[in-house]
Amino acid sequence: MRTSIAAALFRHLILATGAVLMVLPFVLMVSISLKTEGEIYHPQFSLLPTSPDGIENYVAAFAMQPLWRYLLNGVLVCVGIFLAQALFALPCAYALAKLRWPGRNLTMAFVLLGLLIPPQVPAVPVYIMLWKFGLLDSYAALILPSAISVFGIFLMRQFFRTVPDDLISAARMDGLSEVAIVWRIMLPTAIPGLIAFGILSVVGHWNDFFWPLIAIQTPELATPALGVMFFVTAEAGTNFGRLMAAATVVNAPLVIAFLIAQRWFIDGLTMSSMK
Amino acid sequence: MAEISIANISKSFAGTIILEGVSLDVANGEFLTLVGPSGCGKSTLLRIIAGLEHQDSGTIAIAGSSVDMKAPKARDLSMVFQSYALYPYMTVEENISLPLTMRRMGTLQRLPLLGGLLPGAGAIRREIAVEARQVAESLGIAHLLSRRPGQLSGGQRQRVALARAMVRQPQAFLMDEPLSNLDAKMRVKARAEISEMHRRLQATFIYVTHDQIEAMTMSDRVAVMMHGRLLQVDPPQRIYDEPKTLEVARFIGTPEINVLPGTVRHDGAIEVFDKIWPVVVDAGRHAPVSVAVRPEVWEVAQQPGEGSLLTGTVRHIELLGSETLLHVSFAGSAASVVARVEPTVATRYRLGSPIHLAVDPARILVFTENGKRAATLTRSVPSQVRNLHG
Repeated sequence: MRTSIAAALFRHLILATGAVLMVLPFVLMVSISLKTEGEIYHPQFSLLPTSPDGIENYVAAFAMQPLWRYLLNGVLVCVGIFLAQALFALPCAYALAKLRWPGRNLTMAFVLLGLLIPPQVPAVPVYIMLWKFGLLDSYAALILPSAISVFGIFLMRQFFRTVPDDLISAARMDGLSEVAIVWRIMLPTAIPGLIAFGILSVVGHWNDFFWPLIAIQTPELATPALGVMFFVTAEAGTNFGRLMAAATVVNAPLVIAFLIAQRWFIDGLTMSSMK
Repeated sequence: MAEISIANISKSFAGTIILEGVSLDVANGEFLTLVGPSGCGKSTLLRIIAGLEHQDSGTIAIAGSSVDMKAPKARDLSMVFQSYALYPYMTVEENISLPLTMRRMGTLQRLPLLGGLLPGAGAIRREIAVEARQVAESLGIAHLLSRRPGQLSGGQRQRVALARAMVRQPQAFLMDEPLSNLDAKMRVKARAEISEMHRRLQATFIYVTHDQIEAMTMSDRVAVMMHGRLLQVDPPQRIYDEPKTLEVARFIGTPEINVLPGTVRHDGAIEVFDKIWPVVVDAGRHAPVSVAVRPEVWEVAQQPGEGSLLTGTVRHIELLGSETLLHVSFAGSAASVVARVEPTVATRYRLGSPIHLAVDPARILVFTENGKRAATLTRSVPSQVRNLHG
């Protein structure tokens, strides 16, 4: 028994170290966001602020930059991207998983190839395309390049493959069109997967800094991640308290959303919820 | 209600021939069973009739008009699947009413919220709900309407699948092994229920099964399929009594029909184990033939009698309650036969008992080397001939 307690201690120690390393930046972010400038630069470090004046940072953050606007942009862009991704991924996944047509395997190979290409690689051609269409510096510039997700197609295809063929045959006999089959029969079976994919997609695009930075010039169109950076370049030098307050505000919706949806998220990625 | 005519259907998948020139006419209101071992192409044929697969050649006609270019939903057939294929995220009521919803309501009327506001949508929905409930009541599942398929037992799911097929009163019902996921007891009950449903609806049924008991008990006619071909299409009793080929004879009937090797003598008489049997065939002289006898046709005796044809030893006794199966083997031969006898008769035999078998000559089936049935005439065997070989 002694050795097993030692083993358990060891295990927990390793896990705890990992957990602390992961959480520490966030703890520091919240901690700094609640401190006044004096406290931040105080030689004596303390995790908790000594005075409640640090709350000023939040008031100032909202006053200095249109933070609400950034959050709203973030919601619009992320929801837009996710809806577009679902709109394309579900029919594609159905065709790849359940229909027989020449070139299906080749198409699937391209989808897998697409998984290997980082978004930075096609950034320049996409930028030029958007410029030619006159779409730069708009919501479209933020949404369109991400409207098709090969990962989404791949994940949904894996889900759809587990749906019995008889179910689709029955739906065809009952008079459903192929489009109706996708939305009425296939989609409900893949809800956990879609939610998991949605979380990955929303987190990815909410936090995306690279693409908004090159596609957007107008500050009013900035997404949350880009908006936070405006605090860095503010004329009066970097105010860490306000920067961290803005970062906290920007991160909060994601954390809350994840806490609400985490059961589906885990179900969706392990696919254990089927049946 | 309609007749279905299947003409010369062929189908192959990736070079493997699944169906080879299958032709079959199913009469209006008929219960036709397609029976055969797994992989014989019977399910593929059913799916081609349904429009879920496309034939390479041949024509399907329903009620006299070709449906080859029609999508499944335009053929107006209902299908019941082996897995039932109920929509898991819909309630029983939604499952049953979906076929009606898809047929009677326009795309806009079906929309979840907006659709309810359109004129007429509410009235159609109420009408559909009434019909779904009627069908559910006729199958005794009205109390399950608000459940989901996952909460139902196998038998209940099977009824929901039947209800979904019945609700829109199709031209014909197609059933793909609907009972094979039920336990033995439920299956017997469900067999009677489906027969009853057929009598009540007077509809055309095409029923696919690998279970010959289902085929025998439920059908007006049985179509035996093997290797993508139809071997015989006849009423059940005729299939049993007069199989056209040895394969059909072997496939239909449990225990399996007894087959003994024989030869045709110069005068057309059949000789089995050096004994002349009381039948004459018109097959080639000196050709090997298969002589087949159903287990219940044997007349068993402890002493050799007038018509004794085989003498063997009881090797195994199977008690089934209503009857007993005696397995008989013969000295100097690997062949063995099964005789089905009354339990009272069986008590006279022990393992190792000698047993003498006789047969009503009219019920001996003879098949030529290529498996085709040979026409037989019974003949009285002159006693001196019998003595010669006795």
